[in-house]
Amino acid sequence: MAKFRKGGSKEVPAISTGSMPDIIFMLIFFFMVTTSMRETTLKVKMKLPAATEVQKLEKKSLVSFIYIGPPTNAKLYGTEARIQLNDQYARIEDVIPFIEQERLDRAEADRPLLTTSLKIDESVRMGLVTDVKQELRKCGAFRINYSVRKGE
Amino acid sequence: MARKKKKVPEINASSMADISFLLLIFFLVTTTMDTDSGITRRLPPPVENPDMDVKVKERNILNVMINKYDKLMVNGKPCDISELKDKTRDFITPKPNDEKAPEVEVKEIELIGNFMTNKGVVSLKNDRGTSYQMYIAVQNELAKAFNELKEEVSMTYFKQHFSDLTDKDKVDAVNKAVPVRISEAEPEEIK
Repeated sequence: MAKFRKGGSKEVPAISTGSMPDIIFMLIFFFMVTTSMRETTLKVKMKLPAATEVQKLEKKSLVSFIYIGPPTNAKLYGTEARIQLNDQYARIEDVIPFIEQERLDRAEADRPLLTTSLKIDESVRMGLVTDVKQELRKCGAFRINYSVRKGE
Repeated sequence: MARKKKKVPEINASSMADISFLLLIFFLVTTTMDTDSGITRRLPPPVENPDMDVKVKERNILNVMINKYDKLMVNGKPCDISELKDKTRDFITPKPNDEKAPEVEVKEIELIGNFMTNKGVVSLKNDRGTSYQMYIAVQNELAKAFNELKEEVSMTYFKQHFSDLTDKDKVDAVNKAVPVRISEAEPEEIK
């Protein structure tokens, strides 16, 4: 015979949170795999220009970045576009030593494959960009990549 | 006092979720999602003898100039950026019978066979005052024209979209058939 529960308060059973850590761990792994560590703190404003014909950068470890843009702290550094290498502002003469250092940090076999990614704000004038490109040519860093935002 | 087995107390796992949340937030803050993509170009090696000009026949050059007001000039005529792709596309398409179009050269390419490649060079000149945004827009239009032609070659010879080609030899063959010749002028002193 079927038993009938005694009337009265029917409590809703608590939802088990036992699997919560597993779910969160799964999320962590997802983020660890899909994202990359932020290596430098941007000190320049960066609004990349848009383009449609983009190629993906193949090997992240073989890319060195040069940032150019107006300083984020305009009160302190003005609004003129500046070059940022690693974590600090740099002058145009610092580009060659920077590339040399980047080369030394890589395994010898990888050095010719080193790509320089130019992350340049869209407001920057070409004069500065051309200067940087000339420096790169001088030190033999011929592979460059103009970093852009995908879209029209 | 005969004690039986001493039970090991269970570790309380209820804070595990908090700990992993903390880790999650740490990763969210320190990492970036953006995949790096951009327009890849190769810089030419430095010129050893700056006085030596390389002479290229006029019909083989498409002159693209951008001034400091971000206005475009193609082969001496003002041009809008929206027309640039078609002009470039027209310029780089091999036309063996046209006197004014760039010269063609028949090359033997693996997997394709004899193919007429275009000897045209796009010469890009910009002013120091040109904005980077405009420069990239022009580079993008030029890239678009070259990619269209690559796509066409890929479709006719391999019956596949260029972006879907997985065989490296085929990609190389198409790249050889449609060489991206964009020459950037040596920066000139403005007198």
